[in-house]
Amino acid sequence: MNRLSLSQAFIYLLRRDLTLAVRNRAEFANPLLFFILVITLFPLAVGAVPELLARIAPGIIWVAALLAAMLSLDSIFRSDFDDGSLEQLLMSAHPMPVLVLAKVAAHWLVTGIPLLLVSPLLAEMLGMPQAAQGILLLTILIGTPILSLVGSIGVALTVGLPKGGIILSLLVLPLYVPVLIFASGAIEGAAGGLDVSAQIYMLLAFLFLSISLSPLATAAALRMSMS
Amino acid sequence: MSEPVLLQIENLACIRDDTVLFEHLNLSLAEGQMLLVEGSNGSGKTSLLRILTGLKMADEGNVYWRGKAIDQLAGEYYEQVGYVGHHDGIKRGLTCLENLRLVQAMGKPTELDLDTVLDRVNLYRYGDTLVASLSAGQKRRLALARLIVTESLLWILDEPFTSLDKKSMGYFESLFAQHLQQQGIIVMTSHHDISMLGCDLQRLNLST
Amino acid sequence: MYLWFNKLGSPPHFYRIAGKWMPWLASIFLVLLLTGLYGGLVLAPPDYQQGDSYRIIFIHVPSAWMSLFIYVVMAFCGVVTVVWRMKLAEVILISSAPIGASFTFLALVTGSLWGKPMWGTWWVWDARLTSELILLFLYLGVIGLHGAIEDKRVAARAVAILAIVGVVNIPIIHYSVEWWNSLHQGPTVTKFDKPSIHWSMLLPLLLMALAFQVYYVLALFQRCRAELLLRERNSKWVQELSGE
Repeated sequence: MNRLSLSQAFIYLLRRDLTLAVRNRAEFANPLLFFILVITLFPLAVGAVPELLARIAPGIIWVAALLAAMLSLDSIFRSDFDDGSLEQLLMSAHPMPVLVLAKVAAHWLVTGIPLLLVSPLLAEMLGMPQAAQGILLLTILIGTPILSLVGSIGVALTVGLPKGGIILSLLVLPLYVPVLIFASGAIEGAAGGLDVSAQIYMLLAFLFLSISLSPLATAAALRMSMS
Repeated sequence: MSEPVLLQIENLACIRDDTVLFEHLNLSLAEGQMLLVEGSNGSGKTSLLRILTGLKMADEGNVYWRGKAIDQLAGEYYEQVGYVGHHDGIKRGLTCLENLRLVQAMGKPTELDLDTVLDRVNLYRYGDTLVASLSAGQKRRLALARLIVTESLLWILDEPFTSLDKKSMGYFESLFAQHLQQQGIIVMTSHHDISMLGCDLQRLNLST
Repeated sequence: MYLWFNKLGSPPHFYRIAGKWMPWLASIFLVLLLTGLYGGLVLAPPDYQQGDSYRIIFIHVPSAWMSLFIYVVMAFCGVVTVVWRMKLAEVILISSAPIGASFTFLALVTGSLWGKPMWGTWWVWDARLTSELILLFLYLGVIGLHGAIEDKRVAARAVAILAIVGVVNIPIIHYSVEWWNSLHQGPTVTKFDKPSIHWSMLLPLLLMALAFQVYYVLALFQRCRAELLLRERNSKWVQELSGE
């Protein structure tokens, strides 16, 4: 038999990771709960003044999304690293960056989509204006895959380390700054009734840039981590 | 040696921290040959095997497959390599069949029917069982089954017999012998005595 | 090309050359520093708006330039490390990180000191200061990652990848922060108008920038030599060196 085409292998690996995630539901649930919890903390900390909350809602939601994404990153490669599947993937006949992309896509479907689904509810709770809510969804839809893609580089660099988690935040959070700025900026602009297509295009540009470049860096970093 | 040389090691060196594990290592393996890597703990057996898999960088020297350096071959090389290391490389959350199908998807699948493969490694009834509920020995058998579901010529095996009982060991030894007869190559480390294979065997002792 | 690289990059060769150059670099640095400081602190006239407090730019601006420059050097070494696996590039990359971080820190501190008389507060979320702060985090990430990985050759490769990723991101981060700043604070406070800067201020500034460059090379050589000795402590040339 011939080996699978690259796209078949991509889909195969994606399905495998989704199957694993479905069988281990904590992977979905933990980051999502964390996301909701962090957002709940803000009204308690700054006071439940509706105007204040509505004004800082974009920032709160996006900072919480950043932290939740970071918390979930470890699951991209951790179990594969521990049980030796990662070395098998690195020894696959297919190019590693494509396989990395499949794994990151699975990770986003498992962690990003729940965030997307729950964020309208949280936006409503924080009193975000209706006009901004659509843009919020759009930024989460475009922004969270960037978080997964860029974050995968960080995880790949630290997956072999016993205390990788601590250093991971130092590596990854500064790289998340542009997404944070443009995403919350877009929501804020939309709330003020402005045209925010520029911000959305910027986010899209970041997304395409990270889709094309980050798998290369991640694959190289994984090779490094295995040696 | 009349058979064509497939795997060639040239002036290989590996240094861990301050100690030279091995250096100036040269050898070549032709079709149907087996290399048994011996040595005490920490003598660099696993390191050597991992260099051959391309997962680890050698501090010096090169590894060639059919005359080409392996880091330049990448996928072309990996298509022909099967590796069973310390870790089984088997997902606990998947069933036996799902695991083997994934292995096939990542490499070049053989014509063999997967049920037949499971039967061969004595896991027939476990096709749809989650690996998490298998014993260590059963998991190891599944890991070794990876070797025969893809068309790999070079098998790199790090302590393949760990947690296997006598009967399974005997079975895999005959499997290895068959692989060698079909012009395959095996590089392996083992604490078990495998002299009964009776094949074209090279020994490399890293301790000396 | 490769051979030439190898020759220049051979540790004992570099160790010797760097050792020879260092006294010269040190004297050039001192001359540049002293003339630069004299020009900046004594000769240059006080600013008609800021008085004498602007003089901190003679430290602040070159530090900020160096902080970026060194990161670019690190990324370049990162590429060489990943592609050619050259030991010297690894060593330069690792040795540059703390120097770059120090310059970044210096730029932040002087920026903050300058902010007090200018804006009446120690810290403003000015675009440049904020970018500089994020740059410091990037540097600390590099240093932290290198420290966390035990095998130093593996660590060098990890840091190389990180530096390359960082250098792709720096412009993105920089422009994002600039955009963010223009959104939230209205027009940024321009630190000084580049076109209208008088040569009596520009000349000392350039001298200081040059002095910092030389200092970087000097500090880099020092650190690289130490790092090389540590890494190659078991090789013949180091043993011969210590035997003498």
